[in-house]
Amino acid sequence: MAVPDKYARTMETEEIVETEVDEAVEEELLIEEISIDGMCGVY
Amino acid sequence: MSAATLVEQLKRGLDAPICLTWELTYACNLQCVHCLSSSGRRDPAELTTADAKRVLDDLRDLQVFYINIGGGEPMVRRDFFEIVDHAIGNGVGVKFSTNGTYIDAGNARRLAAMDYLDIQISLDGIDAATNDPVRGAGSYAVARRAMDHLAAADFGPFKISVVVTRHNVDQLDQFKELADSYGAQLRITRLRPSGRGADTWHQLHPTNAQQRQIYEWLLAKGDTVLTGDSFFHLNALGEPLPGLNMCGAGRVVCLIDPVGDVYACPFVIHDQFKAGSVRDDGGFGRVWKHSELFVELRRPQSAGACASCGSYDACQGGCMAAKFFTGLPLDGPDPECVNGHADTALGSVRVDLTPRPSLDHSRPKVFAQT
Amino acid sequence: MSLLDTPLELDPQVALRPEPFGALAYHYGTRRLVFMKHTDVVEVARQLDRHPSLSATLQACGIAEARWPSFAKAFASLNESEIVRERRDAG
Repeated sequence: MAVPDKYARTMETEEIVETEVDEAVEEELLIEEISIDGMCGVY
Repeated sequence: MSAATLVEQLKRGLDAPICLTWELTYACNLQCVHCLSSSGRRDPAELTTADAKRVLDDLRDLQVFYINIGGGEPMVRRDFFEIVDHAIGNGVGVKFSTNGTYIDAGNARRLAAMDYLDIQISLDGIDAATNDPVRGAGSYAVARRAMDHLAAADFGPFKISVVVTRHNVDQLDQFKELADSYGAQLRITRLRPSGRGADTWHQLHPTNAQQRQIYEWLLAKGDTVLTGDSFFHLNALGEPLPGLNMCGAGRVVCLIDPVGDVYACPFVIHDQFKAGSVRDDGGFGRVWKHSELFVELRRPQSAGACASCGSYDACQGGCMAAKFFTGLPLDGPDPECVNGHADTALGSVRVDLTPRPSLDHSRPKVFAQT
Repeated sequence: MSLLDTPLELDPQVALRPEPFGALAYHYGTRRLVFMKHTDVVEVARQLDRHPSLSATLQACGIAEARWPSFAKAFASLNESEIVRERRDAG
């Protein structure tokens, strides 16, 4: 199956997330901490 | 979902900034040679206290988590505490950047008593001999005094923020010791050719060898030294530094300047990177969500001339401000490209055609160097 | 006692801000920022204080039991980040 390109992903996020949920329930990573020191411009 | 997806999501832009930099005033009692906002004299069109409170109300409604206040010297404004109180009272946290001149014992205690308030004191040398040629005669002593007052007032951990130059790069260990001695956090950031920095960048920016020195030092320090992801252009040297390698301009952050203009970030105060004004219909919210500039920045960016370089994933082509103000194309290498890919282009840049900052609030030059 | 059986609540110092993908959670005390990747997680987080346990909240929000291990892991992570915490009252 072709990997959706970035634009397609923007529009199809809902469906893709649903598929991920069905196919890889144990793998669902629902939370991610972002370091506020890790993006240029964020103090 | 991998970290790559997180970054992709953030690059598409958020419904509101995570935080934003707000330069409260172009007035400043110092005249640092590399000032990114070319500050010195107050602008007559500066936002009034009432204007500022309206902006804060907009930020509250957008749920911007906190603001990073700077300038010029923000404490020069007579309504500084009124503005800060209004922000905190409306659930917008305040971090601010200062040269420390106005942090006397009384103000230190006042600041220590406040809810969510973080302070960053600027310092560019571990002694007056290194610091003062950049920041002005007496500025080292003033900064140290401010730190002493904060310590005496039990403020808690503040930040010491250093712009790394050719002349202080050998002092990194000593800066860390200084921060440790106060229980403070050290933050080092990249010198950019922005504002007055445009005039001094070629003499002050680290050499190639020094860039490697900074990189190795940061790798060794891990998460104990903050960088604000300022050095992601160095990731092409090897193992990536901590951080997302991400330019947040127009995507997760932006700048509001003293007259209410909105720019992509504090390092690009230039018409080409101006998104609009808080005085426009719809205020800051409309500019953040719908300005042409920000919509454009949130589109996937092309690697351009960097596409054929194996380092692009690591360095993302570097910093648009660094490229813009050295006269380089935005879709090509950073002027400090560690692979040397900008060297030829830099050599043939027409200095007279290089973009100049759109605004200059510098005071007339006074020869005050030691 | 497993986290699933624990009564939880959002830390009062946390702001939850909706985004198209889910939400950003910012803790005003620790200055930490967490990316919540799915609107379901956000909904559960918002409803925690109305239910006697995490599992009761998941049930009330209609989360399929097959997904509960992922959610337990997510909320353990949120607990460690101090975004959520154990609720002390009888709830």
